[in-house]
Amino acid sequence: MTPPDAGLARRRRTNAVMFGLAAVCTAVALSVLFVLLAYITWKGVSSLTWAFLSRLPRPVGEPGGGIAHAIVGTVKLVGLAAVLGVPVGVLGATYLSEYGSNRFGFAIRYCADVLNGIPSIVTGIFAFTVVVLPLKHFSALAGSVALAVIMIPLVLRSSEEFLRLVPVSVREAALALGVPRWKVIARVVLPTASRGIMTGSLLAVSRVAGETAPLVFTAFGARHWDQGWLQPIAALPLVIYSYAISPYEDWHRQAWAAAFLLLIVVLAGNLAARALMQPRQEGTGS
Amino acid sequence: MRMSPSVLALAGPRWGADDAFRRMTLAFGLVIVGLAVAMGGTMAVNSRLAWRAFGLPFIWTSTWDPVAEVFGAWPFIWGTLVSSALALSVAVPLGLGTAVFLAEVAPRRLSDAASFAIELLAAIPTVIMGLMGIFILVPLVRWAEPWLARTLGFLPFFRGAPYGVGMLTAGLLLAFIILPYIVSITREIMLTVPRSLREAALGLGATKWEVVRLVVFPYARSGVTGAVFLALGRALGETMAVTMVIGNTPKVSLSLLEPGYSMAAVLANEFAEASSDLYVHSLVAIGLVLFGITIVVNAIARLMIHRATVRAS
Amino acid sequence: MTTRKTLRSFPALALAMAVAAGGTAMAATTLVGTGASFPYPIYSKWFDEYQKVRPDVRINYQSIGSGGGIRQITARTVDFGASDGPMTSAQLFAVDGKILHLPTVLGAVVVVFNLPGVDTLNLDGPTLADIFLGKIRGWNDAAIAALNPGVALPANPITVVHRSDGSGTTFCLVDYLSKVSPAWLRTAGKGTAVNWPVGLGGKGNEGVAGLVKQTPYAIGYVELIYADQNHLSYAAIRNLAGKFVKANTAAVTAAAAGTASSMPGDFRVSITNAAGDDAYPISTYTWLLVYQANPGNKGEILKGFLRWMLKDGQGMAGGLGYAPLPDSVNGMVAKAVETIR
Repeated sequence: MTPPDAGLARRRRTNAVMFGLAAVCTAVALSVLFVLLAYITWKGVSSLTWAFLSRLPRPVGEPGGGIAHAIVGTVKLVGLAAVLGVPVGVLGATYLSEYGSNRFGFAIRYCADVLNGIPSIVTGIFAFTVVVLPLKHFSALAGSVALAVIMIPLVLRSSEEFLRLVPVSVREAALALGVPRWKVIARVVLPTASRGIMTGSLLAVSRVAGETAPLVFTAFGARHWDQGWLQPIAALPLVIYSYAISPYEDWHRQAWAAAFLLLIVVLAGNLAARALMQPRQEGTGS
Repeated sequence: MRMSPSVLALAGPRWGADDAFRRMTLAFGLVIVGLAVAMGGTMAVNSRLAWRAFGLPFIWTSTWDPVAEVFGAWPFIWGTLVSSALALSVAVPLGLGTAVFLAEVAPRRLSDAASFAIELLAAIPTVIMGLMGIFILVPLVRWAEPWLARTLGFLPFFRGAPYGVGMLTAGLLLAFIILPYIVSITREIMLTVPRSLREAALGLGATKWEVVRLVVFPYARSGVTGAVFLALGRALGETMAVTMVIGNTPKVSLSLLEPGYSMAAVLANEFAEASSDLYVHSLVAIGLVLFGITIVVNAIARLMIHRATVRAS
Repeated sequence: MTTRKTLRSFPALALAMAVAAGGTAMAATTLVGTGASFPYPIYSKWFDEYQKVRPDVRINYQSIGSGGGIRQITARTVDFGASDGPMTSAQLFAVDGKILHLPTVLGAVVVVFNLPGVDTLNLDGPTLADIFLGKIRGWNDAAIAALNPGVALPANPITVVHRSDGSGTTFCLVDYLSKVSPAWLRTAGKGTAVNWPVGLGGKGNEGVAGLVKQTPYAIGYVELIYADQNHLSYAAIRNLAGKFVKANTAAVTAAAAGTASSMPGDFRVSITNAAGDDAYPISTYTWLLVYQANPGNKGEILKGFLRWMLKDGQGMAGGLGYAPLPDSVNGMVAKAVETIR
């Protein structure tokens, strides 16, 4: 046994070193992340005018075109994908955390992790096969299906982690009052974990909002307002992609502006979602 | 957690509803199993010509010749595994360190702002990440490569001409793409560690780091593992950003400085232009192999966690 | 107090979407087409401009690649396709219905290079093939030096950059290399993607241009417009007549004119290594793929657009870096357009 003083000094040193390392990690990670955000902002902000936001594209070489159709398109595509995907993910996660320590739970978790590793282009080809080919038409619906398929495992796995963290004591307290289990889950467990579930769902929404590959063979893209769920629809990532790979300086400029806009859209979605949530609670860390 | 009065009002034995609820959530969970099976099935059907033509050696053959229609997946498998491993080995320590700092040390406001920025980052289209890779990362790596080759060139991992694009660049770019997943989920989980646990440990005279090591890490382990899995999945399947910096050369090399290729990248690069049926089926076969690899990687990871858990208890 | 469920926010989301959908517009006839990415800028220009002429017609073209265009038109998920390479006879045979190839504009593939201090370079086909085969490894190789008397070529190794994605650009280059180099035909051959013996792969024209620009002593190939826009130097190539020609839209139209007399009735023709003093040898048509018989009034709408494209649309090509059709070919295409129903 070391003398208490020497031991304490060593432990304090370890403490300082480890948190020092953590601080360095944070500095590195955040500086990289902020460089990326700053770079996009710098490239994109100057072209982000009201006209750019509110107009349709103009022919190549004519100034003043916009991407209003793609903003609407991305909101619709991602919105429907969230409507399709988030409930499946959250309710599936509910099963996993509340009843899932059996074979079904194992299979569901395993499949979610496998699905999560599938390249998004494969998901696009899948949606093309099951939605576009039978309907004989590229469509917004097909795009949303592809995005929802990408979202589901992300939402499921992150929601499960947060549901599991709801203390057993909370459940027991409610159950002890004679509340049926399903009501405990719906009224107590899910709301307690809602902040975490929201974080996970937002990450998933952010992720699919920026996806290009699954939309190429499904939502297809357009240079007009869309004409309903069964017709092709524009999306910001598709605009960014086709403009970024073009030879024209003006289109490159618009691609950066659209990328910057995508960040703002996600930012706005994030803020809106947080505003919708009730004031946070003690004990969930806020 | 304070109980809402409505919960009390709703009390009462309704066990039939309970069973229905369980079945309902199970049904939603099984949607995922259904999706995985449907995807695997679709890929199997749409790759059958490749398996008929090349058989299992497709997996370890290194030729990829679209003109002669001879296809093998090995260089792509290699590239996917190496770039993902590289990305994880950078992103996991970096992400954990960042999450510890944000959750344990940083003032709440800074922590929230940082995690907000990190979540935003997940929304950057990967084509933009790729562009930034080309404009920022590639020149940096090209500048660093001769130095790496000089100092670490005795290792087979750091040899070759300084192109700037290659496995190293792809791994680093991937690391930054998956970093948000690791940081934000880990931070969120660490923040949920009950205050009572921390205070108990601090009360026993533990330093803050010891609280992290002995209380926070064990408590958060399963959640952190989940986050790492999400990140790994993302790394394995990432397409656009990787293809823009990896060099797209289907060759197998130990050196991280050499250009490589990845499975998702070749699929995205060649699928739209593939003309013959065998060509298309071979590309889908690569997708199926990636599907299989994900299954195996997940099994290995599960086994490792299981072992760690057994040892810990 | 948290009894509100997470799911509560979804009706709000649905509402927001319904509001967003409110802005969508009146009915117009819409044609959908897909295919080659090379002509995407000129096609989107044409379709945008045509809507000013015919506000009741909307044409939506998105590029997913020539192979994709061929597959989608074959599966009839689109009203027309587009490709930088003609469909093979086997592909045409597999189609239910008759597909017409209609040339729209021409493009050139240029050999770009990054040689510090050197901005003009002459190359011929066999030398180019040997560089891309990896047989010629250094810039000061005797074969290159012989074509460039007086140019101080460095001794550095050549870094070859090629396309990693399947592409009509690649097809045009290797179609040319296969014609001028038996070694190339034997080793790598002809296709939208080939097994490159050496080099780095860049994604898309932009990717290749970016790699060449950033990598000293690199050589690669891109569409002409990308070389111009990225300020990359590109080589003059020796044509069939023995003249070194640097690509420009006039030299491309010259290559097309040089082969117009032997144009087959279905327009499926390769114009690489064309005859003519001014012909640039790595040139190609790009085609729209349309069914001869179309459902409803779609044939009439297509016909209306194509007539406009041949008359008014051609004038817009030059400004965007595309070569317009030679007059002789334009007349032949106009006749074919009239057979569309």
